[in-house]
Amino acid sequence: METVNKHFLSDMGVMLERSMRHIFRSMDTIITVTITPIAMMLLFVYVLGGAIQTGTDNYVNYLLPGILLMAIASGIAYTSYRLFMDMQRGIFERFHSMPIARSTPLWGHVLTSLVSNAISVVVIILVALMMGFRSSAGVLSWLAVAGILALFTLALTWIAVIAGLSATSVDGAGAFAYPLLFLPFISSAFVPTESMPSGVRAFAENQPVTSIVDAIRALLSGQPVGNDIWVALAWCVGIMLVAYIFAMRAYKKRA
Amino acid sequence: MQNQAIQVNGIEKSYKKLHVLKGVDFEVEKGSIFALLGSNGAGKTTIVKILTTLLKQDGGTATVNGFDVAAKPDHVRQSISLTGQFAAVDEILTGRENLIMIARLRHLKDPHQVTDDLLNRFGLTDAADRRVSTYSGGMRRRLDIAMSLIGKPQLIFLDEPTNGLDPEARIEVWKTVKELAANGTTVFLTTQYLDEAEQLADRIAILHEGTIIANGTLADLKKLFPPAKVEYVEKQPTLEDIFLAIIGKKEKK
Repeated sequence: METVNKHFLSDMGVMLERSMRHIFRSMDTIITVTITPIAMMLLFVYVLGGAIQTGTDNYVNYLLPGILLMAIASGIAYTSYRLFMDMQRGIFERFHSMPIARSTPLWGHVLTSLVSNAISVVVIILVALMMGFRSSAGVLSWLAVAGILALFTLALTWIAVIAGLSATSVDGAGAFAYPLLFLPFISSAFVPTESMPSGVRAFAENQPVTSIVDAIRALLSGQPVGNDIWVALAWCVGIMLVAYIFAMRAYKKRA
Repeated sequence: MQNQAIQVNGIEKSYKKLHVLKGVDFEVEKGSIFALLGSNGAGKTTIVKILTTLLKQDGGTATVNGFDVAAKPDHVRQSISLTGQFAAVDEILTGRENLIMIARLRHLKDPHQVTDDLLNRFGLTDAADRRVSTYSGGMRRRLDIAMSLIGKPQLIFLDEPTNGLDPEARIEVWKTVKELAANGTTVFLTTQYLDEAEQLADRIAILHEGTIIANGTLADLKKLFPPAKVEYVEKQPTLEDIFLAIIGKKEKK
């Protein structure tokens, strides 16, 4: 056991390197997780944005948090896909019959999810800067934004793990992400919720994406954050814990 | 030092209502090639999974290199390697990257040197920097076995190593297995091909309906069967010989 624990970090490094190679060698992944959110941002800012009344003069500032969440939601679909493929092919069995900690391959996927989503978030923010995104946020606010995004990524990643472990087909492994991709549309991500009919508005205002978007938006624009950040954190941590418990149960059963 | 690499006593395993293993017993001597023969669904893979700590048995005991698989799985994993039924290679990585990855997970001092040696030994040097998805079935299997040899495990499990391979690739794998045993590695292989067991194994055990119904050397087993059956087994390689001869002629031209 000791030798196993001693190498846990370096083993995780090997797993991370492997999955990152998978990502950088998959044009499909790069297009979906980075290019598509950027295209959405361009579309909303330069095509639809003129007609959207948000009460701010800089629509990129308004839009960016929602775009980041969409990018993460599409990113974790690939976490599920990679996990599913590993289970299908014999590579997990090889890892599990080797003298490494049993959980290493799984945590490798979770770490890859964090790192790859962080990369696409940074790329999208850089493009947003070129499109006129400006923020008055200080270091602490940026750290808070990074923290919320990391928690959101982890929460969705554990959902992705459940899907990847329990799916019976490749399509199934990725399909769970579509509802997640739509959640930002029915939230305050693109338009203020006040403009929605009452039923939709009630849903929009009480689903996790709205509080997360509002919290990030407030942090980036230097506005008082209020309750949003606590609601956002509660959602992220709550989803993460529940999904983690079910994911670990599925992992013990399958692997 | 004991002479048994594997000792299996009364192993039982059920999947829900399906009673797959009903008390399996056998031993594998160190340095030998042991073939577990059985038809599809007989439970060969289940036995491999139990012995490689991937699956827990419902009853009975199994010892691998002196360690109980249920009580000391970490110790068992230190001294074994598994080449599963489906080539356990990463298709998106190159052959070289696959080998380096396993060498690093085994915490070897010089992963690159080990990798170069294995690529050379398995005739994969030219294909080393191509993605595995471009490899033929035989090359994939060779890479798969090469990955299992990293860290010089004392005992190697090969679960249907030639399944889905063409005759030439099969003979390549057989050659590799024989070399392994010649170097002192214990080889445990499962197969549904009679000629494969005949070609390779020092001892053959036949798994049927959840128990071992025969266990011995090829000579022992031959005594158990009527001659007609043996003749049928021996006929199969003739077609193969013809096939290989034709292929060989073509390549010479």
